[in-house]
Amino acid sequence: MDLLNALVTFANFVFVPAVAYGSQLALGALGVTLIYGILRFSNFAHGETMSFGTAITIMATWGLQAAGVTAGPLPTALIALPIGIGATILLVLGTDRAVYRFYRDRKAAPVILVIVSMGVMFIMSAIVRFLVGVEDIQFADGERMLVSARDFKTWTGLEEGLAIRTTQVITVVVAAVAVALLFWFLNRTRTGKSMRAFSDNEDLALLSGINPDRVVAVTWILVAALATTAGVLYGLDKSFKAFTYFQLLLPIFASAVVGGLGNPLGAIAGGFVIAFSEVMVTYAWKQVVAYASFGAWAPDGLLQLMSTEYKFAVSFAILIIVLLFKPTGLFKGQSV
Amino acid sequence: MIEVHDLHKHFGGFHAVDGASLRICKGSITGLIGPNGAGKTTLFNVIAGRLPPTSGRVTMGGEDITGLPPHELFHKGLLRTFQIAHEFSSMTVRENLMMVPASQSGESLWNAWFRRGRIREEEAALARKADEVLDFLTITHVADEKAGNLSGGQKKLLELGRTMMVDAKIVFLDEVGAGVNRTLLNTIADAIVRLNKERGYTFCVIEHDMDFIGRLCDPVIVMAQGKVLAEGSAQEIMQNEAVIEAYLGTGLKNKGAA
Ligand SMILES: Nc1ncnc2c1ncn2[C@@H]1O[C@H](COP(=O)(O)OP(=O)(O)O)[C@@H](O)[C@H]1O
Ligand SMILES: [Mg+2]
Repeated sequence: MDLLNALVTFANFVFVPAVAYGSQLALGALGVTLIYGILRFSNFAHGETMSFGTAITIMATWGLQAAGVTAGPLPTALIALPIGIGATILLVLGTDRAVYRFYRDRKAAPVILVIVSMGVMFIMSAIVRFLVGVEDIQFADGERMLVSARDFKTWTGLEEGLAIRTTQVITVVVAAVAVALLFWFLNRTRTGKSMRAFSDNEDLALLSGINPDRVVAVTWILVAALATTAGVLYGLDKSFKAFTYFQLLLPIFASAVVGGLGNPLGAIAGGFVIAFSEVMVTYAWKQVVAYASFGAWAPDGLLQLMSTEYKFAVSFAILIIVLLFKPTGLFKGQSV
Repeated sequence: MIEVHDLHKHFGGFHAVDGASLRICKGSITGLIGPNGAGKTTLFNVIAGRLPPTSGRVTMGGEDITGLPPHELFHKGLLRTFQIAHEFSSMTVRENLMMVPASQSGESLWNAWFRRGRIREEEAALARKADEVLDFLTITHVADEKAGNLSGGQKKLLELGRTMMVDAKIVFLDEVGAGVNRTLLNTIADAIVRLNKERGYTFCVIEHDMDFIGRLCDPVIVMAQGKVLAEGSAQEIMQNEAVIEAYLGTGLKNKGAA
């Protein structure tokens, strides 16, 4: 019983939240890694791209709710998501046309593009604040809980409960579908293969008749879809606040780098590595340890390595360690 | 076929190509030789759209193609290989070849999703073609290797193989023979001659191996210091005093005379 209680506590406070958060990071990191692989720069505006897509989705959600349209037990935001994606596609394609293409044509060094993307980041973040303000926005409606802690306790007779929120399940399902579609696209379609070829060897791809403008456009479209989905899932799971998306940039980059920049599979693995590290390091293990040792050891302290305010330090530390010891990431990516 | 008029390519103050004019005739295998640093690769880079020229003009069949990007030149039938072999290192050799013929029905997402039968047929045809090319180049045994793991010589063959996946009009080969052993070099030479005869490819070949040049190429163009120094048959070139001084040296003069 105690072991089961330990397990349930672990699942409730570590496993379930980390899987949901990891899925969100993985989607975010996929966008970063695609841009790095094809356009060859680290896009600092990625967090704000997520934020923009989410802001539009929230506005569309409000519109749908006002019109009386909801998704029943599911959040209305899922219906609004395609609208957010569409708007974000227009935004990034417009940005590429107006800003990045200028530097690409001049064959600007990656570091210049990074700085340019910071400028884009500021503009996008201003747009988002203009659209929905800086307040905390809860936009998850529908059924809140899939499994509530109380129900779980009655079913199992355990002392500890396991709560699974609808948004957590939706996050995992939607992320899995998005990733499956992405990999189908990259590995099975000719356009996807030409993207991989372009990422592998640009010179040769051009010589094989692959149109770079098309590859770049398709990349931005995929990135907009991934970023908006990631942003909306994160916002549903937690809440939307303009500033948090800027902060998400660090764990997202850490995920992409840990997995190996330019490597999509790596980005997914990296997302879960970072999410689990963050949650586990900031979790107070007292309860789990007490159960697991059959009450023999009830620690006085919380057994928390770091308080949650420092959670970003975890990403940062992992980022530094990977860059120092394995700059190409755990899975082979491009060296940073 | 290809005409280059007074082409200049400067890197800062350095004139890598310094007023080169030349003509590559349809159906020929034209040799391009010259000392290292003569500007041969740079000339290729400019013709093939990898670098913009500082000034000058390139025409193909009378049409101005100066500064067109490589993927557009590809669709006009102008292909090239690199001095240092390039490959999609994470793909297999067969996949590398199958990447070449761009723009088929698989290009559109609609087709990829709704016409999978047709796509599969096309892919199968493409795979058969790739296998023919591999067979032709005698590297069938590495078809499923990652291209990044090939030897230098095999990569050169793969480069040549890419040009065989489509119907090219003119192919520029940059030192196909460098770092390739004799047997492979003969394979490459045979392939070039067959493509020229059977499929009507025009070639422009940079090579340092004078036996190879002498056996294959007519005419031969000599470049030095960014300019065209001489042009003629391989025999004439090997006797040419200026060429011997700039490039071939006396050892080859004796050999050429012998
Ligand atoms: N991208 C470049 N930037 C600066 N100099 C270059 C560049 N490419 C080639 N060069 C210079 O131009 C000259 C001609 O080079 P190249 O065309 O490669 O000669 P070749 O192929 O005949 O040996 C060399 O001196 C080389 O250093
Ligand atoms: Mg060269």
